[in-house]
Amino acid sequence: METGSPKESGIPGAELEWRGLQPALMRLRRLLVVGWTATLAVATGLLPGLLVGPAWAAFALVPVTCAAWCWRLVGRNWRSWRYAERADDLLISRGVLWREETVVPYGRMQLVEVTSGPLERRFGLATVQLHTAAAATDATIPGLDPAEAERLRDRLTELGEARSAGL
Amino acid sequence: MTAPDPGEDIPAPAPVTERRLHPVTPFRRAWAPVAVLAGWAVHDPNATQAQLARLTTTALLLGLAVLVPAAGLYGFLSWWFTHFAVTDTELRIRTGLLFRRTAHIRLERIQAVDVSRPLLARVAGVAKLRIDVVGADDKDELAFLGEQEARALRAELLARAAGFAPETAREVGEAPAQELLHVPPRALALSLVLTGATWVSLCAALVVPTVLWLATHNLWTVLATALPLFGAAGASSAGRFAGEFDWTVSESPDGLRIDHGLLDRTHETVPPGRVQTVRIVQPLLWRRLGWVRVELDVAGSANSVLVPVAPRLVAESVVARVLPGVTVPQELSRPPRRARWCVPVWWRGHRLAVTGAVFATRRGLLRRRLSLVPHAKVQSVRLSQGPWQRLWRLADVHVDTGAGKTVTARLRDAQEAARLLHAQAERSRTGRRDARPDRWMTG
Repeated sequence: METGSPKESGIPGAELEWRGLQPALMRLRRLLVVGWTATLAVATGLLPGLLVGPAWAAFALVPVTCAAWCWRLVGRNWRSWRYAERADDLLISRGVLWREETVVPYGRMQLVEVTSGPLERRFGLATVQLHTAAAATDATIPGLDPAEAERLRDRLTELGEARSAGL
Repeated sequence: MTAPDPGEDIPAPAPVTERRLHPVTPFRRAWAPVAVLAGWAVHDPNATQAQLARLTTTALLLGLAVLVPAAGLYGFLSWWFTHFAVTDTELRIRTGLLFRRTAHIRLERIQAVDVSRPLLARVAGVAKLRIDVVGADDKDELAFLGEQEARALRAELLARAAGFAPETAREVGEAPAQELLHVPPRALALSLVLTGATWVSLCAALVVPTVLWLATHNLWTVLATALPLFGAAGASSAGRFAGEFDWTVSESPDGLRIDHGLLDRTHETVPPGRVQTVRIVQPLLWRRLGWVRVELDVAGSANSVLVPVAPRLVAESVVARVLPGVTVPQELSRPPRRARWCVPVWWRGHRLAVTGAVFATRRGLLRRRLSLVPHAKVQSVRLSQGPWQRLWRLADVHVDTGAGKTVTARLRDAQEAARLLHAQAERSRTGRRDARPDRWMTG
């Protein structure tokens, strides 16, 4: 499962200090899954149950099964997210089936953004997003503790200024 | 009044002199409503015919007599309220009658300067000047300036951007250029004949209207499809020939000069160190002749062609001048054989080479595209691996550049890709150290 992780590829000095996301993010996502499933299950159960016959209410089991699967997926996806601050670049690794690993040198950062929506705030979460001059750079870390997000933002800006390289 | 301190010899900042564009500018606006009407007529011919039938000649003339001066007045006012000024560090453009807009363009951020002279502008002796910076709009072009003025302004902007002292910047004048390459018209014409797209668009323009005529017998339908198709066919053959005619690439201390065009002349200048990626494209039919096309990406610039057609060795020598210290790698490594289960047949086309100066990938079996990214221009590196690729222990490595382009090394061995990811991040970080400064004459 872990092929391609830097630890196994024999890169010198790759003993990285990986950090994961806050468990609150998993809770938030699971809550969303449960909320949507409940709505869908009621809709798919009630409508055929009332219109056609009580037996047809069994359709409600379809979204419930899907939700059970999504519940597991959310957990696996949450565990797969991790990031590491190295001396000169930031590493973000994520994804279970579609794995993606991003390296952004600090000197290339144009902008660091910290966002937090109403639900995220309620769960005490914040998202840090890094922008470089390349639009394709997809360096987002969701589900951070707001204090950690601010620390990361300040550290990234500081390191970015010290190593600034531009285009 | 106190006497000036004798020890102080710093001159006071010179007052910024604002200039206006060339007085011919308002006239281009005068024809805008006529162009809009013509566009509407082409777009919806049936309705236009019905409307035209109801109008008398007098009404039509009266309408034009009102519309053209109104547009002319608008053109005059927008010209009157547009000013530009060159300061030590910025080009300032102030415009707008109702909605004011002021753009300050930092000169050391210039990615390219284009002077273009469309056919009518050449007749009038004027030119457009456009400065490419990241995030610049079409509104930030100076249209129109006198031809001499545009050349002088370009030289001045480049001299200031290069880091010459403000007092001397105006006197430095145009840097001498040394010609690197000139594309003869014969080779250009032959290259277009050997391009598949030319023939596809010509065939489409001939076949589709014929089929439609046989199917519907409706003249308007046929005309409405035939006109755009013929337009596309003309643009891809005659239009491209006219646009790429007399293509000259030269080198000057100000950077790369690209001049081209038969009717509309364009003169582009790309200062040193602005090129983000270079692509060498070789269509199938050109391979026997050993010809290639070279494209380049500059952040914030729309121009993408460096050499429309040239023999491979000549093109490679031009690339070596554009990206100093880079030799085009000849030996590129293939993905492992098991990659054929991920991308059948075409897996052979995906090649990769990493040299001390560039990250180079090639893709395509028939039409080969070799992309070169100098390590110093890499903004971020990504590794991605889907489930099917993981089964075959393969992964892709993406390299993102500042021009919004991503160069991908596909189907590499997973272990190799992971090493490549980290090695490339390291190279892109250190590659910047020996790059030239933004103000290229100061370093």
